[in-house]
Amino acid sequence: MKDFRDFAWTPENAREAERIVSRYPRGREASAIMPLLWLAQNQMREETGIAWLPLPVIEYVAARIGMPKIRALEVATFYTMYNLKPIGRFHVQVCGTTPCWLRGSDEVFRACFDKGLRKGETTADGLFTLSEVECLGACANAPMVQVNDDNYEDLTYETMTAILDELAAGRTPRPGSQIGRTASCPEGGPTTLKEVV
Amino acid sequence: MMLADRDRIFTNLYGFRPWGITHAIARGDWVDTRELMAMGQDAIIATVKESGLRGRGGAGFPTGMKWSFMPKEPKPDRPSFLVVNADESEPGSCKDREIIRHEPHKLLEGALLAGYAMRARAAYIYIRGEYVREAEVLFAAVEEAYHKGFLGKNACGSGYEFDIFVHRGAGAYICGEETAMIESLEGKKGQPRLKPPFPAGAGLYGCPTTVNNVESIAVVPAILRRGADWFAGIGRPNNTGTKLFQVSGHVNRPCVVEEAMGIPFRTLIEAHCGGIRGGWDNLLAVIPGGSSVPLVPAEQIIDCPMDFDGLRELKSGLGTAAVIVMDRSTDIVKAIARLSYFYKHESCGQCTPCREGTGWMWRVMERLVTGDAEPHEIDLLLEVTTQVEGHTICALGDAAAWPIQGLIRHFRPEIERRIAKRRGFVQVPDALPQAAE
Repeated sequence: MKDFRDFAWTPENAREAERIVSRYPRGREASAIMPLLWLAQNQMREETGIAWLPLPVIEYVAARIGMPKIRALEVATFYTMYNLKPIGRFHVQVCGTTPCWLRGSDEVFRACFDKGLRKGETTADGLFTLSEVECLGACANAPMVQVNDDNYEDLTYETMTAILDELAAGRTPRPGSQIGRTASCPEGGPTTLKEVV
Repeated sequence: MMLADRDRIFTNLYGFRPWGITHAIARGDWVDTRELMAMGQDAIIATVKESGLRGRGGAGFPTGMKWSFMPKEPKPDRPSFLVVNADESEPGSCKDREIIRHEPHKLLEGALLAGYAMRARAAYIYIRGEYVREAEVLFAAVEEAYHKGFLGKNACGSGYEFDIFVHRGAGAYICGEETAMIESLEGKKGQPRLKPPFPAGAGLYGCPTTVNNVESIAVVPAILRRGADWFAGIGRPNNTGTKLFQVSGHVNRPCVVEEAMGIPFRTLIEAHCGGIRGGWDNLLAVIPGGSSVPLVPAEQIIDCPMDFDGLRELKSGLGTAAVIVMDRSTDIVKAIARLSYFYKHESCGQCTPCREGTGWMWRVMERLVTGDAEPHEIDLLLEVTTQVEGHTICALGDAAAWPIQGLIRHFRPEIERRIAKRRGFVQVPDALPQAAE
């Protein structure tokens, strides 16, 4: 798989790709391009350890649904979640938009910097890629970071440092609020529907 | 003015109980959906109109009226579609996420009822790509509903055929704009379309389409069960019902909470958020409806009813009811400059005023943060915001302009102070401003 020209769906993903295409009306297979690119990126993660989309993989996906390569490339370059360059094993996506910034996202970044992470770069050991991302929609639990598919919320310098340590040690920290809140419930317990809880 | 527990729609908002279908049914979802459908399509639309429900995605357009634009007799080769907008990306907004991960069956039942009322053949729920775990819940919930026979060929035994599909985005704020969402669903870049034609005439695949926010759809079953009068009796005329408020920033306990429309700002913060960090005298300003709406200074918002009309009177807006609170420690110019960066990042690049203007405005905003500017550039910036606003296909240009306009309206002396301070230390030549680069 040196230049990724022999990329092909695994049997399992071939079935999943069929399921995805079946969600859209016949003749509208182009609609499936986004979920199929995502599927391909995940397969890349499984096969190579790096979740990204080299050009031959994008072309492979486009060909499966009879889409011109350039249209698939337009989609792949328009949306931020398709990685067009190799990234680290853990994509550390720190939200820096105003609601997170007000609650201390600068401290979250400082924790990353102190661990040797740099914005837009991958660490030499290939473990971490740090990105500043725009609002990820968890503002009542700010500041937050998304690492691959999981959110870590209500962060401080200390908890972000601990998360990076855990990941580096090969363990998965518990996602969600790092101060023990249940989802976006007020800290200390709900102010509504108390008898239901 | 506060909402009683018995009037709350989202009884599992925080996920203290499981989201699964047996628990959802125990909470009252899906119990008599067939009877609700038996009201008839026009009666459902009439009830939603009478309830006064206005779209919860930001614009506040009456939901029932929007549905009534859909064709009464769709042609077989041009089926109608409902698209549910779950591309929650407006900075400050985090309510649809809670509905999806903790109350997905309210959304699915609402989608069936809404889809049936507008004579749609299917619904696509477009969920933002970053909501990975939330999408997993949604896919599983859809599967459960099919398994129970609530969706599909004979949905809930009604004889009506209705499908729901989940479509994941991949990171683009602009796809929350309804025509960009349709483009994206068709497998293209999410660049908004010119209107007309409006989606109700030609939307997804050129077919009649209605795009509704998650919260607008998820409250529909409760409205139909409890009646239009019940919903209309909460809040104020023209601003009815319950609303999920999302409070972030400098409050003691940020949270998402369902409250009555029109709850005064002070009550909202005191009752649910433990007050302002450092006390009420420490409040500087509030962005009351998500990043797109202009900020409101402390003294104006404290007793303001939090609804469409109340906030419009303050030249701001309810938006998605994403309340971003800022205390006196906030660098207010930087807070808005960061939003300007957001819009620059998220501009789809289609219209020149937005593509070029968002970057231009952000660069000037960055200089205003440090005071590295000429005093007349404040008016120049204001002028540019009015040249972007209203001159683009979609509202992203407006959304980029309004926060800056709000800042200058209310905090001009602060910007001037920074410029004067910097000039005191640095000799500023009387050259032409180098704003654009």
